[in-house]
Amino acid sequence: MEFLSYLISGISLGSVYAIIALGYTMVYGIAKMLNFAHGDIIMVGGYVSLMAISSMGLPSWAAVLLAMLVCTVLGVVIEGLAYKPLRAAPSLAVLITAIGVSYFLQNAALLVWGANPKAYSPVIEGAFKLFDGRLTVSYIALLTVLMCLVIMVALSFFTGKTKMGKAMRACSEDKAAAQLMGINVNSTISLTFAIGSALAAIAGVLLCSSYTSLMPTTGSMPGIKAFTAAVFGGIGSIPGAFLGGLLLGIIESMAKAYISTQLANSIVFAVLIVTLLVRPAGLLGKYVPEKV
Amino acid sequence: MGQILKVENINVYYGAIHAIKGISFDVNEGEIVTLIGANGAGKSTTLQTISGLLHSQTGSIIFNGENISHVPSHKLVRKGLAQVPEGRRIFLQMSVEENLEMGAFTQKNSGVDEDLEAVYERFPRLRERKKQIAGTLSGGEQQMLAMGRALMSHPKLLMLDEPSMGLAPILVEQIFDIIKELHKSGTTILLVEQNAQMALSVADRAYVLETGKITLSGTGRELAESDAVKKAYLGG
Repeated sequence: MEFLSYLISGISLGSVYAIIALGYTMVYGIAKMLNFAHGDIIMVGGYVSLMAISSMGLPSWAAVLLAMLVCTVLGVVIEGLAYKPLRAAPSLAVLITAIGVSYFLQNAALLVWGANPKAYSPVIEGAFKLFDGRLTVSYIALLTVLMCLVIMVALSFFTGKTKMGKAMRACSEDKAAAQLMGINVNSTISLTFAIGSALAAIAGVLLCSSYTSLMPTTGSMPGIKAFTAAVFGGIGSIPGAFLGGLLLGIIESMAKAYISTQLANSIVFAVLIVTLLVRPAGLLGKYVPEKV
Repeated sequence: MGQILKVENINVYYGAIHAIKGISFDVNEGEIVTLIGANGAGKSTTLQTISGLLHSQTGSIIFNGENISHVPSHKLVRKGLAQVPEGRRIFLQMSVEENLEMGAFTQKNSGVDEDLEAVYERFPRLRERKKQIAGTLSGGEQQMLAMGRALMSHPKLLMLDEPSMGLAPILVEQIFDIIKELHKSGTTILLVEQNAQMALSVADRAYVLETGKITLSGTGRELAESDAVKKAYLGG
């Protein structure tokens, strides 16, 4: 029973990682950059939803929508101001800029909301009990897993079946060729950032609801873990991000339960290293040789 | 016959390298015009400048009566300019049909099925493989896909960049047969080729490019018979 409970919390945590990782992986797939500020968008999403509920008195669903809206705009603005001018620059310059944006967001949050952790009450409370109360599953854990599945299915549909989604995949493969098809690469990249940031907002609400506290650095560790999950699953691959996120969450939860709480993070990253040694492209990473 | 493309005095640089040195040429509606020349002569650079991937410092590119020298690349397809890039550049991880759909990105959804049918009609191999991932196609099939993809946009001018590159001689023949058929059905074509013999055999008019300059021009037959071209490109 204990095992089942750890497994459920692992799946729930993994679902949050997966949602964040999906944003990472989509942006990487198309802009070919690691948006290290992605984790901090999560934090902004957390604060916006908190403000919306506690100061503005909005219902939870409206708070989530507001957080998504703010994060989407924020993501697109960051892309336009910080990354777009560097489209032709070496990738190292973009990477450093992303780290800069990450610190900028953390410090801006510090300025606006202060350094003290704020209490965050879950967007839905309560839990149901199974097996005569020996197993408790919180509604938020259930909602997290459900959201992750819905997002995963929606994204797969979007990239697999819609014209815009296919154009996104075309851009991710070959930007010049995509342009020759009449696809506006810049607006496609903006759209990707918009989607990724909206997902980060959802992840922010779910994450804060699980941990019930929020501070300016809240997003950074989950951000790095989700990045790890994306690489673990195969960066650029949507099913890979999903699988990587879930596995990472489960491994972390099991390591905490059965090995050591302090070592949990080390174990997570050790698994990443071993995986990459065996499968350099990640679990579901694709390698398509080019025909000449 | 109206003029569809008029390139006038373009100069293109890669950093300090002066790749295109004041080139001018034109293409009339219904023609096949070819640019031939050795590797590095500037043929692909010229095409990429027309399609907006590179930019000229001077001169103008008039397409269908409009100066397009400063129009961004992605807007040119809608105006009727399609390019089959060098090395084909199909989307290797997408299916054959998805590649064709991308070619129709600027078209209304309602006509796409009909256009797909027309491409499959022309390239039956692509129909057989429509659900296959494009990366698994052979080189010749990939070239057909790249051409089919470009045709999906109903181009007024189709630019082909080295369609014979890396293909076995029998496939080169096949590709040139397709070019001839496209020409017959009224498509205007600007063809860039290293394979001068094949290119001149199908071209109405031709230009010879050498280190960024046009050194000769004439009808396909004139150039095929010219001593200078024979010596330089046709092996004596």
